[in-house]
Amino acid sequence: MATVATTAPRQSRPHGRFRGAALGVVAWLAGLVFVLPILWMVLTSFHSEADAATNPPSVAAALTLDGYREFFGLTGGASPWPSLINSMTASLVSTLLTLLLALPAAYALSIRPVKKWTDVLFFFLSTKMLPLVAALLPIYLFAKNTGLLDNIWALVILYTAMNLPIAVWMMQSFLSEVPVAIIEAARIDGARLPTVLGRVVAPIALPGIAATALICFIFSWNELMFARVLTGVVAETAPVFLTTFITSQGLFLAKVCAASLVISLPVLAAGFAAQDKLVQGLSLGAVK
Amino acid sequence: MTLTTPARAAAVSGRPAARRPNRMRAWATRAPLLPALVFMIVVTQLPFVATLVLSFLDWNALYPDDRRFAGFANYGEVLSSPDLRGSVWTTILLTVTVVLVSLLLGLLLALLLDRRFRGRAAVRTLLIAPFLLVPIAAALMWKHLLFNPEYGLFNGILHAIGGDGAVQPDWISEMPLLAVEAALIWQWTPFMMLILLAGLQSRDPQLVEAARMDGASDWQVFAHITLPHLRRYLELGVLLGSVYIVQNFDAVFTLTSGGLGTANLPYTIYQTFYQAHENGLASAAGVIVVIGSIILATFALRVVSSLFREEVSR
Repeated sequence: MATVATTAPRQSRPHGRFRGAALGVVAWLAGLVFVLPILWMVLTSFHSEADAATNPPSVAAALTLDGYREFFGLTGGASPWPSLINSMTASLVSTLLTLLLALPAAYALSIRPVKKWTDVLFFFLSTKMLPLVAALLPIYLFAKNTGLLDNIWALVILYTAMNLPIAVWMMQSFLSEVPVAIIEAARIDGARLPTVLGRVVAPIALPGIAATALICFIFSWNELMFARVLTGVVAETAPVFLTTFITSQGLFLAKVCAASLVISLPVLAAGFAAQDKLVQGLSLGAVK
Repeated sequence: MTLTTPARAAAVSGRPAARRPNRMRAWATRAPLLPALVFMIVVTQLPFVATLVLSFLDWNALYPDDRRFAGFANYGEVLSSPDLRGSVWTTILLTVTVVLVSLLLGLLLALLLDRRFRGRAAVRTLLIAPFLLVPIAAALMWKHLLFNPEYGLFNGILHAIGGDGAVQPDWISEMPLLAVEAALIWQWTPFMMLILLAGLQSRDPQLVEAARMDGASDWQVFAHITLPHLRRYLELGVLLGSVYIVQNFDAVFTLTSGGLGTANLPYTIYQTFYQAHENGLASAAGVIVVIGSIILATFALRVVSSLFREEVSR
């Protein structure tokens, strides 16, 4: 047995090592091809509008911050700040509300589970599978009749509800990683519920809760359809601000690139921070 | 687990499980669940019921007084109007193409990343980046930076390679649906890759080792061990991808504004009520999307639940 184990890999090693290295190079190339458009976007955002719109492309053109100046409205034109602040408000507040509602629910589905807790969990999941576009009209009519049109709080409420199923699922899976024995032991030692939650459960579940928050933030920040229909001048969010770039406006490539990058920056940061838990969130907890 | 909780509670409190305290206890365990459940049902589920009701009304928002019961007339119109029927077909075509191509690319990338090599973590990070652009920002990038016929990168590269006589296609007008699909495939491949990579890494390494000792070739290991193990992850990728891509709005809205036969159902619904103000028609189309999604979701939930039960019993 031992001899087989040592000789078998050795036979294939020289061949295997070469192939392994070659496949590593292929993987690197694939990664670079995928990220190339983004790198090109970064480069273009630092070019002048004239250099950005040449054919063939000017790779080595002089770098400038003009695109960013244009985007931030320093040269006249609409400032993106109100929309960025609206997006921040909608994403941060809705994420906070989602956590506040999802945490107790996840607790009741994992640490002290209700009867038929899997059914409840799957009910949450099934609601996420229905296309929200089918709810667009009633929500629009409701907002219109209650004066919530062009009001950022309408989006806060909507995004909270939109992210709740994902948050409940993720949090359930993180909380169920807390060993029941530890909780029992703390209780036997006389610890009350708040102490158990704060001292025992929180430290174990905290990384998971943070990842959940980041994913909720990403989904809220990215949302376009509801924001487009429900907001106007006042409550416009950053993705809605980007819709002004849909039709070409002469030489504006550097400005579009700068705008797209600045507005994607929070998502890129949150996504890379939550990288390891990203699959779990996107697959609604099905994959760990 | 559910069965032991009341028994444990009774044992701790040290008295026989009387009926009333038991029921109160049950409600005490349920209480933390209720705010989330109620909030979500009111905000996202009741509107579906409203859509169902609206779908039976003949109601154009420009003539608010002229609103009456229409029976199934809206459904008849949705299914017979070439535009709306076309958008059903577009939705199917778009979803199937994007899901299958990104699944295949995702599988290849996941297999590459499953091996050890220098800088594996860095490559994984690079590959996730497309998924982390704001969807409309990614769509704008494809539209203006890559596809633009005059100064887009694609034609720029063609020009640089082929010289002045190089073909310079107008990508979006010549192949509109393909253009939307390309942008979506680029964004969704990382998603598939992440799911399949998680699947690959949950494979039993000893099983692979044993097969190799028995002289199995790479292909045999892939076909007889890896692929069967990945089956449910592939299913999950297909189903979740479909659920998300059926609902796609941003790419169609940005790249083509629904023109040139690229309007999918979400875009058509948006347009029917937001621009044409046909509330009844839009609702009927919405109900049709919901029915399609329920069919998809039934399969998706089955896959999720089989993975979930495996996870719980582990």
